[in-house]
This record gives sequence, C-alpha cells and structure tokens, in this order.
Amino acid sequence: MKVLLSWLKEFAPIDGEPDLIGEQLSELGLAVENMVRTGEHLEGVVVAKILDLRPHPDADRIQIVEVDSGDGQPLQICCGAFNMSPGDFVPLATIGTIMPNGMEISRRKLRGEWSNGMLCSGAEIDLGDDHDGILILGSESEQGTPLADSLGIESDVLYDLEVNPNRPDAMAVAGVARDLAAYQKIPFKIPVPKVSEKGKDVSEILKAEIISPDLCGRFAVRVIDGISIQDSPQWLKNRITALGMRPVNNVVDVSNYVMLELGQPSHTFDLGCVTGSEFKVRWAADGEEIVTLDGVARSLTEQDGVVADGSDLPIGIAGVMGGVSTEISESTSTVALEMAWWNPAVIAKTSRWLGLRSEASARFERGTDPEIIDMAMQRFCELLGPEAFLSPGIIDTKGHLPAGDKIKVRVSRVNGILGTDLDQKDILQILDPIGFKGESVDHDIDVKVPSFRPDTSSEIDVIEEIARIYGYERIVKTVPKSKTFGSLTLKQSDCRLIRTTMVGLGLDEAMPIPFLAPGELENAGLESDGIKVANPLVAEESIMRSSLRPGLLKTLTYNESHRLTGLRLFELGHVYRQPDKFQALPDEREQLVSILAGSEAGEIVKIWSALADALGFDDYELITDSPPGFHATRTSRIEVQGVTVGFLGEIDPSVLSLFEVNERVACLEVDIDDLLSIPHGHRSYAPFSRYPSSDIDLAFEVDEGVSSNEVKKCLQEQAGPLLVDIRLFDIFRGEPVAEGRRSLAFKLRLQADDRTLTNVEVAKVHRECIESVEKKFSAKLRS
Amino acid sequence: ARDMYDTLYVEYGDPMSTLLRTHTSPVQIRVMEEEEPPIYSIMPGRVFRSDTADATHMPVFHQIEALVVDRDITFGDLAGTIEVFTSAYFGKDFESRLRPSYFPFTEPSAEFDIRHPGGKWLELGGCGMVHPEVLKAGGLDPEEWQGFAFGFGLDRLALMRHEIDDLRELFRNDYRFLAQF
Repeated sequence: MKVLLSWLKEFAPIDGEPDLIGEQLSELGLAVENMVRTGEHLEGVVVAKILDLRPHPDADRIQIVEVDSGDGQPLQICCGAFNMSPGDFVPLATIGTIMPNGMEISRRKLRGEWSNGMLCSGAEIDLGDDHDGILILGSESEQGTPLADSLGIESDVLYDLEVNPNRPDAMAVAGVARDLAAYQKIPFKIPVPKVSEKGKDVSEILKAEIISPDLCGRFAVRVIDGISIQDSPQWLKNRITALGMRPVNNVVDVSNYVMLELGQPSHTFDLGCVTGSEFKVRWAADGEEIVTLDGVARSLTEQDGVVADGSDLPIGIAGVMGGVSTEISESTSTVALEMAWWNPAVIAKTSRWLGLRSEASARFERGTDPEIIDMAMQRFCELLGPEAFLSPGIIDTKGHLPAGDKIKVRVSRVNGILGTDLDQKDILQILDPIGFKGESVDHDIDVKVPSFRPDTSSEIDVIEEIARIYGYERIVKTVPKSKTFGSLTLKQSDCRLIRTTMVGLGLDEAMPIPFLAPGELENAGLESDGIKVANPLVAEESIMRSSLRPGLLKTLTYNESHRLTGLRLFELGHVYRQPDKFQALPDEREQLVSILAGSEAGEIVKIWSALADALGFDDYELITDSPPGFHATRTSRIEVQGVTVGFLGEIDPSVLSLFEVNERVACLEVDIDDLLSIPHGHRSYAPFSRYPSSDIDLAFEVDEGVSSNEVKKCLQEQAGPLLVDIRLFDIFRGEPVAEGRRSLAFKLRLQADDRTLTNVEVAKVHRECIESVEKKFSAKLRS
Repeated sequence: ARDMYDTLYVEYGDPMSTLLRTHTSPVQIRVMEEEEPPIYSIMPGRVFRSDTADATHMPVFHQIEALVVDRDITFGDLAGTIEVFTSAYFGKDFESRLRPSYFPFTEPSAEFDIRHPGGKWLELGGCGMVHPEVLKAGGLDPEEWQGFAFGFGLDRLALMRHEIDDLRELFRNDYRFLAQF
C-alpha cells in the first residue's frame, strides 16, 4: 500500500523528517519497503512543445523531434517513441538533469544526429507505471514551465508500505494516518465532507433489496447528479497515479480516490441504464452470464454474488467488477453510487477463480468497514466538485454483518504475556487513539473492537495491539528464568562426531540437492523405485534419492568436467524409500556416504576404521560381498556385532563410466540409523598383562580358495585365551609355493595375565596350532 | 503454505496427500504433542519449496526454529533471547530489534532485524508468542502455559556471514568452494 505524506497530513498534524516518519511506520508494523521523495527529482525537466517530427536518416527506431523548450528556438531531440504529434506538450529532461534512476542527461549523438535532451515517459520520471510512450501533457501547458509547477507536483514523500493481512484498516490512507497519529500522540480526525443535497428523495428514484443476506452485509445506494464526465483535476490525477492507479475520468478516478483514502470501494451505475431503477443483491444462478466492464462475457456459479436490475438480469459481479451494460459514459447524467460490505470469503473465492483481482476485491477480501459508507458517499460527491450534488436520503439495506465484538481483556494477562507493568489507565490510553474504546470492569477492561478491525476477535489480538502501540522496543528484554539446560540427543552427538571425524580425516562435506533425474538411480546400480515428485519444477529434479551415492557421483562428474580430480568427500543426509508395507509416510533414513576419487579400496577401509574407532565400535567384520553398484570383487559388507550396517570398497567401473568419472573411486556407505542403534561408545578399561609376551610366526601354504579369515579364526580358536594378538603379515605366491596355492604368514603373540609363560606352554600352543590348521585346510607349514 | 503454488508434493498414497514440508514450523506441533512442558527446543531442518533456483532461492534450503513453552514466558523473554543469540552468533557489537508483523501461529507477531553499529537493519527472521489456539492444538492449556517461537533461514545466515553472493554455491559442491570452508 502506497501513501503520500501530504495526504496523511490531511488527517493529523504529522510532524518530523520523512526518514523518521518511515521509522515510525515500521515500528507500527507497516514496514516501509521503499520511500521516494517526489517533486525533487523533477528538477531540470520542463514542458516542451512539439514543433516538428521527421524520420532519422540512419535509424528506423528513432525519430528526430524538434521542440520549443520555452525560448521559441527549435531544439533537436532524438526519440525512440512515436506516439507524439506536432502541437503536443511533453516532458523534456534538459541537459544536466539527473534522472530518478541516476542517469545524467548529456548532449550526445544518436546514429549521427545530435540529441539535446531526452523526452520522457511517465515511468521515467516516476509519474506512474507507463513506459510505453512519451507522456502527453494537458493542452493548457506552457512550454518552458518546470514540469513540477505545470503538474502541480509539490515536494512530497511517497511511502510503499508492506501491509499484513491482519491490518485491513491500513489499506486506506486514513487508516495509516490513524496509526501514525497514535504513535505521535496527536489528534486524528477524518474531515466531514461538505456536500449539498437537492431534489427528490432517493427513495422516489430507486429501490434496492438484499435477497441473499449471507452474501452482503450492507448494500447502500445514493444518487449523484450534476455531473459531466470529464478529466479529473490534475491534483487528483497526481495522487491516484502516485498510488498506482491510472486516471480514466472524474467518476472512475473519484471512486478510486475514495477507496484509497477511506478504504471503501464503490461502484457507479448509469442509472438511466438500470432497468426499473432497481437493484437486487443475490447469489448468481449456475451458469448465469454477464459481460463485464472489460468486455469479457463471463459465466458464473452459485457461489458468486451479483447485483441484478429490475428485470433480474445481472449488472455487476458483486465486489469484483461491474457490468458493461450500466457503465458510466459521456452521456451519463445521473449516477447511482453503490457502496457495500461484501462477505470476504465470497469475494476471495470469486475473484480468484475468475482471475479478476483488483484493488477493490483485495479490500473486500480482508473485510471493509461497514460504518464508513455514509461518510465515504459524501466524500465521493464532494470530490466531484461544487456542481455535483446528492439526492437526499440513502437506500440502505442490511444483510448479515459480523457482530461487533466486545472483548474482555484481563490486565494481568496483558502484563503476563508481554512482560510489562501496565495498569488499566495505561491500557485505555494506549487503545483509545486507534479506535479501541474500553471501559474498566473490576481488574479488567471491556474493549469494543472498532468496525474497521474485523481481524481482531480475541483477547490475544487486543494484547498485540497494546504491545504494538506501546512499542515493541519499549518492552524490557529479559531471558527465561528456567532451570533446565540444553543438550543434544545421543544420535545428534554421534552425528556431530561423525562429521568432525570425517573432516579431521581430511574429507570435505558435500551437500548435493536431494533430487535426482530419472535414470540416475539406475546408473548408480540402484533400484529404480525412487519416490517421485508429483509437481517438480524440472524433470532433472523429479526423483527423491534412495541413496546418497548418485548425488556424490554427480558431484565428481561436475568437478571432473572442471578438471578438478582426487576429491575426497562425504555426506551425512536423508534418503527416502518406499516402505515394505504401506505406512503414513515414506521411509526416511539417514545415511553416510564417503567417496574418495582416485583411491583404492584400502584407503576407504582406513577411513572406516578411524570412524568406527571414534564412535566406539570395536567389534566389526569386513566380509567379502558386493551389492549392485559396487565393484564385484573389491567390496566388503560391514557387520557390526553381527548386524549389516553398510558396505565399503570401490565403485563398479561401469557405473563410473556412466557418470563420466575417469578415476577409481573408493566408497563407503553406511546406514546411520542401523549403525547408531547398536550399543557403542562406552569403553571400560581392559587391563593388559605386565608379564612378558612370546611371539610365534607361522606360515602356511594353502589352496587359493581358503580365505585368510578362516585360517585366522582357526588359529584364534586353537590358541585360546593366551592369544592376545594375531596378524596376517604376508601373502606369498610363486616358487617354491605350488601353483593354485599361496602362503599365508601369521604372527601370533601369546601372553598370560598372571605369569611369564614357560617354553613348554608356548611350544604346546605352537604345536597345536600347526596341527589344527594343517588338518582343517590341508595346509602345509612352511619353515 | 498449503498453496499448490509453493509446495512440492510426492507421489505416495492418495494424490496430493503427501508433501515435502515448506517450513520447519510443523515440528513445533509435534514437539508439543509428544513432550510435556517445559519445552526449550531448537529444530533445525531442511525445507522444500517449489522455487526456481537463482542467487537467492533454492528448491531445498534450511531453517531453524526455536520453541519455548513454560509458565510465565513473556514477550520480553522473546526479545531478550533473540538479543542474546544475535550477540553470541554475530558479535557483541550487534544489536537486534523487533517490529510488529503478522503470522497465523503467533500473536503478538514480530519480525526481527539485526544491525552492526553504523550499518543498516537487516531482516533476519520471524517470531512471536505462540498463539493460544496453537497451544490448544498441541494439547496444552494456554491459561497454564505460554511460550514463544522464532525462526529464520540458515542458508541466508551463512551467506551473510561469509559474504557468499550466490545461494546455489552451497549446493553445487565445486571443490574450489568446498576447500574454502
């Protein structure tokens, strides 16, 4: 909502620098989105008279214009617009003028022809939004006059305010002025319009009836006479233009002016065209048709409202747009002025589905003030000038209006919510200037909600008004006196630890978007059952990821295309899956994936080991296994305490080629929910022996098919509790080992908690280990 | 924002029945339903909107909400908590202010700005006292419990703090960006 400072000042003696007033408006909850000082920026722009137009010899889209800028001498200007004619008066920005957009006008050549200034469109000089052609000024203009003087534009300030849905009253200049007056503690008054009344009483001229009271709460009609349709006075055109409306003629302009000033939209009918001089307000019939003011034939539904005439034909869509059959025209002499209160929900629905939203419908949607209508009608007539007069009387019909609420506001509740220390008198003084009249009742206040605040319906709404006018910034800042303290859940702490550990291991955290293109899951070797987005913005972002792998592989693709290789990344994020059986929401799980570009499987094993150690998982196994997408042989399944939590190894080369990645990629993928639900972290000190240990080295020749893990397990079982450590330290193939077999060399460390082992004890273990391995695996001990 | 215009829906169950959340505020309701007051909780999370990606918008981004529900929590506590956060995160020199605004789930509602001395006020997020109707929806008696909530965008905060000029950079994962942080 835009407001002009000069207009606001018609309702209250507002004081202060424009910047300060802007601050005050923001503190009132009417945030200033933009502030423009009008008038000042027109310095250097004068009225010029067009003398001659001719084509530019060297350019089709420019013409040469000769103007008289006040000294009688022709001045040559190049111009890209063609809407002017000789004799027209237009704005000319003279050399040296600084335009509102900061550009300085200088003498320059356009395609070989000199231009000594610039002719302006309305938009270029902040006079409205029209930028299609040069602004043609009125015929009474005089060349050489400064434009500001010619248009009667005084130095003024235009504020563009953000008005929230709960402030329907602020969609009117008067409403904004009321708020400012309350802030500045100055009196606010809407001047009483001065109008004359003549002729027959309106009840002898027309009739009106509300047939559907749910549609319309108040339908009022008056008759205005003595009007001739013509241009509005310049000052009125300036004001509505500044506020974003386009001048049409005096009747339409005044309707918009009153709407902008008092918040009450209106519609005017050429009474001569209203059959029977009768208005009926009712729901439309299904399929009922009307041709609206824009010339479009529309078909309505039973949920739209209409104003119909004496023959029950629609002459207007209620609250949205009038019909063309009763449109005001040059020949109109008697105007029926309608002002109404329409059911907000109805107008919202109708305007939306018809695609007809206007300043009027926007106000009806939020709820207008039914009690402003009488004064607004008088103001309407006043603005039409001294020739216009009203017929005495008003046809005023009522439907269902919302009940004017009286709300009990407890002083203790006000202070309890806000943290203030206000008494009854303070609160009454705060509320009175914004129209909330209250009276003390015991320790409370009964507040009457003003008719222009339909948004206020409960005690808490009034408390907000109290806080707002008291001043949010005056409320003392405190902190809760709670005795609780903050903490993270175990899972949150673990996730932080995971991130810190991975970063500490030299990896970078990546954050690709969780959407994939169709086919990308399959390219990564995964199932194509990703949950689809129903209304994606682009097809490339239409599948929700079921694994973090594709997103990270795409990250490698992107970086490799920029010649950045060797990336070491991880992501801890959510993945989305179809659940096994139907449930309210899809399965959403957290996953950790790390990829090391240019590395082999061994590298990622180190990453996993360090991570497991950090989290406190000491008991895990890596078992050769390969899920889709991973390398067939260089991959293992991770089992922690017997539970599969993920995989590590290398990415399948065919996947890498589909993602256009030309390096080997080691990869770790862990289901975090599975992993963290396994008990971990707590470590109790395990004492170790102070007694000396004995080492045994054993090398066995075994068939290729025998895994080192199996041999290791066998040795562990056989050696028993005396074995404190066992390592595979060598794998050997070739002479003198037989073909199809290899040598596995283990170092065993034996130690007792309570004594030094004797040679006999060590020799026994040595012998029994050899026997059991040789027997179980047809192995041969190597010397 | 249940407006079709803003929300991304997924094909799951009945048509248009399942959506990607557009803000983290729904978590407040869940917390109130599942936890007994006093509640002092923070809810960071990912949110989704049908927004074409540009320098200041992404279809996926991050928000954080705070919800406090206890006896005797006041608007003054809200203002003070935001001030403490502002100083802690941005620096002791920074100040914050609250301006009246409107949100359907808080009353009084406010927007909060921060500023460095000599600088301009920058809007950071929204806040307010939890509306009594919301407390009721969460199974709490508004005559016994009251509270405040505030929320703001995290990505924007990161952009501001590190002077990153394009939001998309956070999601692009160009190594030259990742290596800087």
